[in-house]
Amino acid sequence: MASVGVAATLAEPQRAAPVRAVGAARRLAAARPPAASRLDGVEMAPPDPILGVSEAFKRDTSADKLNLGVGAYRTEELQPYVLKVVRKAEERMLAANENKEYLPIEGLASFRKATVELLLGADSPTIKEGRVACLQSLSGTGSLRIGAAFIAKFMPGAVAFISRPTWGNHKNIFADTGVEWREYSYFDPETIGLDFEGMIADLEAAPEGSVVVLHGCAHNPTGVDPTKEQWAKIADVIIAKNLVPFFDVAYQGFATGSLEEDAFAPRYFAERSIEFAVAQSYSKNLGLYAERVGAISWVLNDAGAADRVLSQMKRIARAVYSNPPVHGARIVSEVVGNEEMFEEWKGEMDMMAGRIKAVRQELYDALVKLEPNKDWSFVTKQIGMFSFTGMSPAQCDNMTNKHHIYMTRDGRLSLAGLSSSKCQYLAEAMIDSIDNH
Amino acid sequence: MALQRNTGVAALRALPAVLPAARTFASQAGWFGHVPEAPRDPILGVTEKYLADANPLKMNLGVGAYRDDSGQPVVLKSVREAERRVAGSHFMEYLPIGGHRQFCEDSAKLAYGEDAGVVHGKQVAMIQSLSGTGSCRLFAEFQGRWMKGSKIYIPSPTWSNHHNIWRDAQVEEVIYPYYNKETKGLDFERMCDTLSKAPAGSVVLLHACAHNPTGVDPTREQWQELSKLMLEKRLFPCMDMAYQGFATGDCERDAQAVRIFLNDGHRLALSQSFAKNMGLYGQRVGCFSIVCEGPAEAKAVESQMKALARPMYSNPPLHGALLVHQILSDPELKQQWYGEVKEMADRIISMRTLLRQNLEALGSPHRCAGRLAWVSPCCCVCTSATRSCCGRMDEPWAGPTGSWAGHKRPLRRRSPRPAAGISSGQGAAPHSRLRTCPTCAKPAHPGRCPVLAPCVFRGPCHPTRIPARSWQHITDQIGMFCFTGITPEQVDRLTGEYSIYLTRNGRISMAGVNSGNVGRLAEAMHKVTSS
Repeated sequence: MASVGVAATLAEPQRAAPVRAVGAARRLAAARPPAASRLDGVEMAPPDPILGVSEAFKRDTSADKLNLGVGAYRTEELQPYVLKVVRKAEERMLAANENKEYLPIEGLASFRKATVELLLGADSPTIKEGRVACLQSLSGTGSLRIGAAFIAKFMPGAVAFISRPTWGNHKNIFADTGVEWREYSYFDPETIGLDFEGMIADLEAAPEGSVVVLHGCAHNPTGVDPTKEQWAKIADVIIAKNLVPFFDVAYQGFATGSLEEDAFAPRYFAERSIEFAVAQSYSKNLGLYAERVGAISWVLNDAGAADRVLSQMKRIARAVYSNPPVHGARIVSEVVGNEEMFEEWKGEMDMMAGRIKAVRQELYDALVKLEPNKDWSFVTKQIGMFSFTGMSPAQCDNMTNKHHIYMTRDGRLSLAGLSSSKCQYLAEAMIDSIDNH
Repeated sequence: MALQRNTGVAALRALPAVLPAARTFASQAGWFGHVPEAPRDPILGVTEKYLADANPLKMNLGVGAYRDDSGQPVVLKSVREAERRVAGSHFMEYLPIGGHRQFCEDSAKLAYGEDAGVVHGKQVAMIQSLSGTGSCRLFAEFQGRWMKGSKIYIPSPTWSNHHNIWRDAQVEEVIYPYYNKETKGLDFERMCDTLSKAPAGSVVLLHACAHNPTGVDPTREQWQELSKLMLEKRLFPCMDMAYQGFATGDCERDAQAVRIFLNDGHRLALSQSFAKNMGLYGQRVGCFSIVCEGPAEAKAVESQMKALARPMYSNPPLHGALLVHQILSDPELKQQWYGEVKEMADRIISMRTLLRQNLEALGSPHRCAGRLAWVSPCCCVCTSATRSCCGRMDEPWAGPTGSWAGHKRPLRRRSPRPAAGISSGQGAAPHSRLRTCPTCAKPAHPGRCPVLAPCVFRGPCHPTRIPARSWQHITDQIGMFCFTGITPEQVDRLTGEYSIYLTRNGRISMAGVNSGNVGRLAEAMHKVTSS
């Protein structure tokens, strides 16, 4: 396990150092703890670059404060949103007086079925032939972690390629599982779009057997997705160079508003018989952030391999958390398993994605009005929850310190946290930061 | 006392060099043709097999999930009430990486004490975790990163998943003696001996109460002695407390080990689970804490716990934490919960008694707890020279007369031991201790007098050396599990012939025993152990 941060050596108690008084702990006269702590060497870890933003936001007392840090959907009133279908599902679950027994290590069966069908389509031959190994796990992070641990164990020496830039936690996940990670070109700051040529060149140069982390849709943080033609070319390179894709699907439904449309890339790869891993999350599209619901799946060419791979993923998961939490999985199962609720979900999905598209447009309009000479088209071209503004860390700091607008220092804004009424304020702050810092 | 080397890390390295084969994409087997089937988990795999069995009389005594007397899963009333209060009242926003803060504080107080100085003094680094497994894994990773070079001392036996957890965290394990097969109790001497030789800075895994799988716990005095030993040798305690409330029915009493260590000034790590005592199994709710030197160290340590959790699962699930917090923060609900935990523990204790009674009634040999040899099955007359019977001999024999089914093979003779209490100063010739066979009125002889067991000729033996089939341990042991002493082969027979599912180490979950099935269980156990 590669370690992040400074590794502390075992602290030998110093004879000369005095025994420290410790709070109100009572001690027997005969027994005394070591003079210096063995955990002396433990350094303060830096706050998480994404989740730390929300903590800082909470401490801010300004009336103008705006949280555009973490990708969590907000209503126009900037309130968190629990989907109606989710509330309904919970009511049903409460009325059914269901028990709280352990799930099997691989998770709730109905959940797994629904999740795989959501990704690949209910009539996918891959599913019918039993070629998908699916393990319920702890949302996107947990699923990526199990996938990475599986790669570390069964593809030792494989390098994981992550896009530049990508979600900050990707590198931590691979680092902590001991998988070497490198970057492939992705974002072009000049065009504020996809550096497709650079990406292809980097993938072509990757060693055989490398893992390539691809965002299924609504790339985080850039919001820049390949077109369908570009996906086809990417698939060509992956096949030619024997690479293993690892899809991170955290925003299915949030890119275009359509759950089916947003699943294009993994479905296409499956059709081309490419073997790949995929981590799915229901945090955003079902608003189940807190309940940690997701799945890690391997789409394979052989059903026997799928069974064995699932057994090995179970073994890995058993030593991390034993079995996954039941609450969120049951909600998903209720919603997806019921046709009416599924349709209702699609409607709410459409509404959420629609609201984000609307504020994108408003923000764009406000920016253009304030500074017509600059090209602000990236705001409406980018897809999903985020806007990748290209702002420098210093400019981001200005946004926070002067304007009380919280964002991540890579220049990413979460438009899910933007209301229509705040678009003007945001536009002004952005222009001030970009022009003057 | 051999220290068992952990081969886990070595085993990982011994994996076939897969890369060349894996890269041959041309093969139909694709990337993962080389991936072998993993063995079923020894505990959770039992439930899988149980579910697949069609026998209507099947019994699941594998996993430690509580069942009521009808064999049904239970959701505590206090939990249902908490659920009602919580429903619809919360957003589903991400918890912070460290989880629900008040939940953590409630948990810490439950474990360390309502007025614990370390909690009020902000000396405890704590984060919400994924039940017991998640807590242990976080600690194992923490140990690997921040206590580099230290090994984990793991009791023998222990919950099988402990080995997986520390192995996957790449921390080397050393086994220390714990369970004594012969006494079916704690091998305290050897345990302390091994631990006293551990290098300073080693981490020692301890089950705070209701040891899993053996049900054998140290006494209060033994805990105190262990605490002093570990302070003296500078060993770091890692306590796994998965059964607070379940052992004795009293949460405060079950935390005594933690409190003793705390009061002695230990810095320690604690893994708490609410899976069993609140029946929140599937919710995956627990708390991982480390008692530190002071608030500054606690902050730093907590930040590093979060740094481990973020790439593992980002933040923990909300629902279970809300339920626990509701219960622990509302005095009425908390009292109700205390009562329900006691009920569960009491039912288990009564099942233990019933099982033992059933087994003994079936003719499983009755052994005196004193220093005696065998009991004659036909008249319950103690045949020992000392006659220092403990008094249990007064119960009439209810089992079969005639051949001694349990002992077809004569037991090996051992050199006679002079036992305290024997009045003779004579030589220890075995025959001098022969009693008169009540059936034929002659000196008892194994070949001629079938009612007497052969080892009566040994006279007063050290009771621990007699391989007696006593079932006393069923009521001596504590918590959800009974470590029966049944061999793996006998376990296979229980499963194959009777559809009784348990783990192959002979551990049965008493929670799965009820008044409806205890008779059948006793019969099956008796049959497989006496033939």
